[in-house]
Amino acid sequence: MPHLLGFYLPRQGKLRLQKWYVPLSDKEKKKITRELVQTVLARKPKMCSFLEWRDLKIVYKRYASLYFCCAIEDQDNELITLEIIHRYVELLDKYFGSVCELDIIFNFEKAYFILDEFLLGGEAQETSKKNVLKAIEQADLLQEVRSLATA
Amino acid sequence: MPAPIRLRELIRTIRTARTQAEEREMIQKECAAIRSSFREEDNTYRCRNVAKLLYMHMLGYPAHFGQLECLKLIASQKFTDKRIGYLGAMLLLDERQDVHLLMTNCIKNDLNHSTQYVQGLALCTLGCMGSSEMCRDLAGEVEKLLKTSNSYLRKKAALCAVHVIRKVPELMEMFLPATKNLLSEKNHGVLHTSVVLLTEMCERSPDMLSHFRKLVPQLVRILKNLIMSGYSPEHDVSGISDPFLQVRILRLLRILGKGDDDSSEAMNDILAQVATNTETSKNVGNAILYETVLTIMDIKSESGLRVLAINILGRFLLNNDKNIRYVALTSLLKTVQTDHNAVQRHRSTIVDCLKDLDVSIKRRAMELSFALVNGNNIRGMMKELLYFLDSCDPDFKADCASGIFLAAEKYAPSKRWHIDTIMRVLTTAGSYVRDDSVPNLIQLITNSVEMHAYTVQRLYKALLDDISQQPLVQVASWCIGEYGDLLVSGQCEEEEPIQVSEDEVLDVLEGLLVSNLSTPVTRGYSLTAIMKLSTRFSSLNRIKKVVSIYGSSIDVELQQRAVEYNALFKKYDHMRPALLERMPIMEKTGTNGPAEIVQTNGETESTILDTKHLPSITQPASQANDLLDLLGGNDVVPVIQTTVPTKPASAGGELLDLLGDLSLTGGPTPTPAPSVPMSQPPFLLDGLTSQPLFNDIAAVIPPMTAYNKNGLKIEFTFERSNPNPNIAVITIHATNSTEADMTEFVFQAAVPKVCSFPSSSTVYGEL
Repeated sequence: MPHLLGFYLPRQGKLRLQKWYVPLSDKEKKKITRELVQTVLARKPKMCSFLEWRDLKIVYKRYASLYFCCAIEDQDNELITLEIIHRYVELLDKYFGSVCELDIIFNFEKAYFILDEFLLGGEAQETSKKNVLKAIEQADLLQEVRSLATA
Repeated sequence: MPAPIRLRELIRTIRTARTQAEEREMIQKECAAIRSSFREEDNTYRCRNVAKLLYMHMLGYPAHFGQLECLKLIASQKFTDKRIGYLGAMLLLDERQDVHLLMTNCIKNDLNHSTQYVQGLALCTLGCMGSSEMCRDLAGEVEKLLKTSNSYLRKKAALCAVHVIRKVPELMEMFLPATKNLLSEKNHGVLHTSVVLLTEMCERSPDMLSHFRKLVPQLVRILKNLIMSGYSPEHDVSGISDPFLQVRILRLLRILGKGDDDSSEAMNDILAQVATNTETSKNVGNAILYETVLTIMDIKSESGLRVLAINILGRFLLNNDKNIRYVALTSLLKTVQTDHNAVQRHRSTIVDCLKDLDVSIKRRAMELSFALVNGNNIRGMMKELLYFLDSCDPDFKADCASGIFLAAEKYAPSKRWHIDTIMRVLTTAGSYVRDDSVPNLIQLITNSVEMHAYTVQRLYKALLDDISQQPLVQVASWCIGEYGDLLVSGQCEEEEPIQVSEDEVLDVLEGLLVSNLSTPVTRGYSLTAIMKLSTRFSSLNRIKKVVSIYGSSIDVELQQRAVEYNALFKKYDHMRPALLERMPIMEKTGTNGPAEIVQTNGETESTILDTKHLPSITQPASQANDLLDLLGGNDVVPVIQTTVPTKPASAGGELLDLLGDLSLTGGPTPTPAPSVPMSQPPFLLDGLTSQPLFNDIAAVIPPMTAYNKNGLKIEFTFERSNPNPNIAVITIHATNSTEADMTEFVFQAAVPKVCSFPSSSTVYGEL
């Protein structure tokens, strides 16, 4: 299954987002992310977007100053994972309006919210861009409401 | 107390820090403030504080003291609180934390909340990180939501169910009823997640798999609609309608069609359609094609479809996009065994990929190339592979070299070609070849009788150029030791013979002994080679001098050899020619599987090898070298001819012990063999069987001279006992060729536990 292990954006090694779909200790997570960041940042531009790492496959793509990486299992489709990454970036772009790294830094919680409307347990829950954005919009409005008991 | 600073403010402040220390200080200060705020149970700002904490956690700072606060936020009635609370839970409260379970009740309540976005939060959290206990408690709620008509919730419930099933597989049954009409949904989100759920269930349970096979027609229909329907803006990606769903369906079809003729047939058409109609200009189209190919290869598709699939992969190989090429090579590697001929057609493209810049692509291309080598293309392929070996990264060299040896062994068109190829590998990647290649190569060379002169000449020339690559040097020294006479006599037929004098040869070998580049193993080889030349060359004095010098070498191995060889010169000079004779041909015969071995001892069993594989020694290389060394320069006359018998493996124990016991000082009266240690007889026979010299049980075991020293010669002859073929009869002939009588000759025999003696094991007598 596409059981994404982590979905994070390192840039010069600084993680801006990470989402884990398997339970690991903080120490293990740190170790893994350090290793992965090193490996991905060492890749040259001419290399392909996939690499083997332990018993998983890493799919990564660079957008401006950010690398988006996914760890998938052996039987998963790498090419469609690239599309998943792309879809997420498109969602961020639509939401923030020409998203840049600063948007993600200052609104990290929103980046997570969007991710959680797009993926659940590592799988895409909604394949329509419009629907994901609509749901986020509605949820954002709900934040304005004083109390859900009266909503 | 002033209001805690806002999240964005904090982020801005922290980013102004110029050093790590400054950042740490700011963070500590803020954490302290947050802690006291928590202590005051401040409801208003809890959300803001937790958000700040999460940011600091993301930077790598500890945030465990916020765990309980997340729980409080989740329980709040403000949506903002819940949103941050659940986010915090997902980041800080995985199942390894003690307070994880405390969430269960909150989640349960929120799963039943009146607002779908709250339910959504709960489903998301549960589906991402719910523990097994939590899943058990809440599975019922999830199941309920799976049946709701609200597609927003239904799709989330489906993925949540996937997580529940992964955590608690026994609960899978309970979701079965709810799956009934999942595929009749129009909503793509629900469709997609339902397919994921069905996939998970089918993968986990063969019963589910058979149950869901009936869905194949429906899935085919959905897929067809996706392809045939016109432009749908909502789900369109570069002109393709909902590629995510297409890929998922294709994957489910793969699972359902595998091993099932009817299902496979039902999907044949749609697969052909997808394969031919999908737009391939962008990655998204290729992603679908890729999944289609994987499905075609896995199910029972008709051959036309399979060829279509392989051709798609062939086209992928020509794609400019390296990702596509990578994926193609991976898939071809998986199918090369089953669809060998079809893949062969793309061989030249695959070979081109050896020159790709990407490491992963190169590796795959290499593996695939080896899989494609056969008798027809061996020459061409080998040229490419040798070129690749020259230029590839060190990580590849060992694998490439091994692969080349294997391929050469299987398909060499001529002996000369074979030897040339080996030479090429040794000279270009000599330091990377595996340890076991040295004895294998030696055996190969020994067996190519007509090529001896040519081989030794080439190896000699290679040594003149470069003595740094140990495997090359070892093979070369061995050959020079064996065939040095051919070298100096200038007998080479295959190429222009070179003029070499004995002294030049000895110079080279001695050079190896003293060089810093030579490993101890290599030195052993060269010393033995020098020794062997004593029967082939006439410069005896020089050789004697070298040997005696090393009698006091610091290296124990060298010292031992030198002392033994010295002894050979001094006391056993009459033995020397026989002992240093040319090596006999070591043939590889077919091996029997271990099951057919009637009587074995541990060693033979462990070293039985399939001739298809390059024989690998179970002992380290040094022992194998000792083997060859023993055979070359020790007391045992290498009468061990074509095959190694099973029985003498046990006799070998005694044999070796005889040898071992006879110290090199030698004694006039041979002492009888004391009880043989039950441990593995080292070296001799193990080394032998490192070449897959395994006897066919039915073959006759040739006689062997077990001991021949000081006038006492002992020969074993073997026969199968007629009534019981499990018994081998060893007849021992002991001859005394000295003039004196040998008295008190005691022969005792002992065997490893596997074998047994029928009668008394001690013989007394006089010779």
